[in-house]
Amino acid sequence: MQEVAYPVLTSLVFFPLLAAFGLFFLRGDNTVRIYTLVVSVIELALSFPLFAGFKLESAAFQFVERATWVSRWGIEYYLGTDGISFLMVILTIAVLPLCVLCSWTYITTRIKEFHFCLLFMTAACVGVFTSLDLVLFYVFWEAMLIPMYLLIAVWGGPEKKYASLKFFLYTLAGSALLLVAIVAFRVAGGTFAIPELMEKTFSFGFQFWAFLALALAFAIKVPMFPFHTWLPAAHVQAPTAGSVILASVLLKMGTYGFLRFNLPLTPAASEYFAPLMIAISIAGIIYGGVVALGQNDIKKVIAYSSVGHMGFVTLGIFLFNLRGLEGALFQMLNHGITTGGLFMMIGAIYERSHSREISDNLGLGKYMPAYMFFWGLFALSSFGFPGTNSFVGEILVFVGAFEQNPWVGALMVPGAMVAAAYMLRISLKLAWGRPSTWKQWSDLNKREWTYLLIPAVFVFYIGLAPGLCFKVMDASLVKLSNDVQTKSKLVSIENEKPLEMALNSLKGIVK
Amino acid sequence: MNVNPYLFMPELFTFLIIALLFVQAVGSVTMREKVGVWLPIMSGIGVVVALLSVGQEGLVFKGAYRVDPLSQFFKVAIAIGYFITVLNASRQPTLEREKRSDYFLFLAMSTWGLMMLASCVELISMYLALELSSYSLYAVIALRSKSKMAAEAAVKYIMFGAVATALALYGFSYILAGMHTTYLAELVQKTWTFEAAPMAVTGMALFLAGMFYKLALFPFHFWCPDVYEGTSNETAAFVATLPKLGAVVILIRLATMFKPGYDITTLLAVLGALSMTFGNLAALVQKDVKRILGYSSVAHAGYIMIGLVAGTAEGLAAASFYALAYVAMNLTCFWVVSRVSVDGRNLQLDDLNGLHKRAPALAFALAVGAFALVGLPPMAGFMGKLFLFSASWNHGYNWLIIIAGINTAISIYYYLGMVRHAYTKDEDAEVLMPDASTFSCVGAVFLSILVLGLGLMPSNIFDFALQVGTIMP
Repeated sequence: MQEVAYPVLTSLVFFPLLAAFGLFFLRGDNTVRIYTLVVSVIELALSFPLFAGFKLESAAFQFVERATWVSRWGIEYYLGTDGISFLMVILTIAVLPLCVLCSWTYITTRIKEFHFCLLFMTAACVGVFTSLDLVLFYVFWEAMLIPMYLLIAVWGGPEKKYASLKFFLYTLAGSALLLVAIVAFRVAGGTFAIPELMEKTFSFGFQFWAFLALALAFAIKVPMFPFHTWLPAAHVQAPTAGSVILASVLLKMGTYGFLRFNLPLTPAASEYFAPLMIAISIAGIIYGGVVALGQNDIKKVIAYSSVGHMGFVTLGIFLFNLRGLEGALFQMLNHGITTGGLFMMIGAIYERSHSREISDNLGLGKYMPAYMFFWGLFALSSFGFPGTNSFVGEILVFVGAFEQNPWVGALMVPGAMVAAAYMLRISLKLAWGRPSTWKQWSDLNKREWTYLLIPAVFVFYIGLAPGLCFKVMDASLVKLSNDVQTKSKLVSIENEKPLEMALNSLKGIVK
Repeated sequence: MNVNPYLFMPELFTFLIIALLFVQAVGSVTMREKVGVWLPIMSGIGVVVALLSVGQEGLVFKGAYRVDPLSQFFKVAIAIGYFITVLNASRQPTLEREKRSDYFLFLAMSTWGLMMLASCVELISMYLALELSSYSLYAVIALRSKSKMAAEAAVKYIMFGAVATALALYGFSYILAGMHTTYLAELVQKTWTFEAAPMAVTGMALFLAGMFYKLALFPFHFWCPDVYEGTSNETAAFVATLPKLGAVVILIRLATMFKPGYDITTLLAVLGALSMTFGNLAALVQKDVKRILGYSSVAHAGYIMIGLVAGTAEGLAAASFYALAYVAMNLTCFWVVSRVSVDGRNLQLDDLNGLHKRAPALAFALAVGAFALVGLPPMAGFMGKLFLFSASWNHGYNWLIIIAGINTAISIYYYLGMVRHAYTKDEDAEVLMPDASTFSCVGAVFLSILVLGLGLMPSNIFDFALQVGTIMP
């Protein structure tokens, strides 16, 4: 544990929150936009100490801050970051200025409230990724729902009320039992602090039910098949910035939850449930791909592709080998960059054609070459073309899967192929389709160039030189996979009848 | 007998308010209208008096009346609740001007009864205090000008109340016959299993029915939504909050005898589970905001049971904290309802449409109150639930906690419904203009801060509540 003099993480969590309240004293639409952009750039600057001080070779939590919050229950204000959460924090902060830029002309009503929600959202998301106390984690986890709900419900598309309600009910219902699980951990382990709970070993029966309670919340958030139905609805209705945050940051919270809670705290149960999780991950990959193939709404294609991509992530997580975990974390980062980029592209074209139907946006290659260049780039990245970022992640998951069991690897192949099929289908139509009437749309302007160039640079950077990201995550992931391997052996499963044990402990839990 | 008057300063002060109101109520009509001027200030001083008398301890009136941290905690809560309800009702549109002082007189009487209830440790005095707090409400509920619904609500409340009272009194005679004492301190030392004392346990169950009626716990909740709907918004704000505190304090006093595993404890747990499930399911289909809040209070009565059946000091403290949080968040919602309904009508969900444009402060307060009732962090309701769950897990009633968790998921829909109408729906043409005056906005913001503050900084208040849980009756 490394203590720091200057509370970097606290500043990252609370600066956007405090800055959000400053919005209410501003007048004028562009003033609000510029202010939020400046705030987001300052937030980026505040994260520089993280880059400077992060020890690559250490698996321990860094930048730790601890203070008592509710002494009686041992609830603490406890923040810290390690290789697993570091990249997620950076991703969250980096997405914020892009969201401000891509909403510049898209959002025309209630601009102040919109930017308030963006900043509030960022604060809560950074909080989720850096909390090391279960209660604090839950607070941020739930607090983030409210701004996201408002982003969809107020600035969304025609079906926004239905979509936002579905999103809110689904995700909150999923986390109802998460709170019970948190309390159960506190009683069984004597503390809410995650690093200390990681050191403890719980009985298999307890792990079994705790795993299920945690997994329900995280699987809905990821979302894993068959809990994914809220995602397409929410994505299609959300404004561009909402979709970007949803895809880049929110979905990662689910997979982050698996890495941070399920694997270290319930290793034996994770091992027991791994075949099931792998099965529904593969189902998600194939299902997401096949459904995306049949969509005519560009946003729906990308939304269903998210289900497939997140399937790769959960698959990598439950392979339990280092390759799989690395691949999963890489894919979390890549999906954030690539899908975020694609959603911003859809926002840009929607501002011109006011339609998300493929048939209304044909033949862009003729008069929007720059747009098509970026689209092609992100599309290639989306299905893991060599040289782009997703290739690195996907190949790692493949290698991990074949190491674990060749059949698992073999089953992933059609999913990857379908991904190429739907992305190429949509790209072909956008680039060379024959539009019914020729429209003179202007190509990308400077602002659009700016917010598309940034993710594009990272597509190539991670695709061609992934070394630094490896160094960041490796120490923590090695520790995690070793912990899971050793700790799952500590819990003896008597006479190999885990289900009976689980049912017995259920009788103990529900007495 | 030397009685130290400092021991019951809050009660004496409330009695002073009653006396002043009485003088005003028998005065001329012009004199009666002036009640809105001085009463808010006096009740505000009442809160200060209650706070000052925290820390007093003593046993008076031959051991029937006990002043201790538990009673003082609840007296502060009751004083704050009274202060807010007086402010809330000071501009009541559905109350004739000549009845104002009478109205507040009855509210003060009820508050006085509840304050005494917080200190009673003997069954007969408890019963008297309980009745004192109920009688005044029987009169107040009907005071909604020329409304048949209000009369119906009052009749329902009286009928139900009479039956519950009769049951309680009947059970009370059984306890006396079975245990030969009415002092709680002696009662808690007895064994309360059905095998050992069937008569007393039966009696206790019947006596508790009287409390459950006050708390609106299933199956004694049927009056609750109807009464809230029938009576005026401001009266409903009072009936929905303060009497619950009185019931909770009695249950906490009795809770030392509910050891986990006893039949009577299991009965409480089962009623709690039924309460939350039934309350939440029934609330899903309501369109009237007050009926929603009515059913929600049935559900919250069930949540409070979690702390009472745990049999630990933390559990009782968590129940006290939750009761306080519940009062704060419910008053927040009722504040908004009363301010939006400028003509005193019953609000339907559609009346809230587009509230965020018409009165942003009220819409914000409604969102805070509703999300707190769901149990979303960082509001008071979340911390309350967390404490309840943490205090009770692994004390024999885990199934109850799991049911509570699932119920949280059920309740999201209708609480979110209120926020949804306020923030995402557009108003109709002939919509009510809410009262967006400084008074209403400041009140709304103050209550929101209270709810958020209880959620963000619960530590000190919980430690105070913990003293409550560690004392014997």
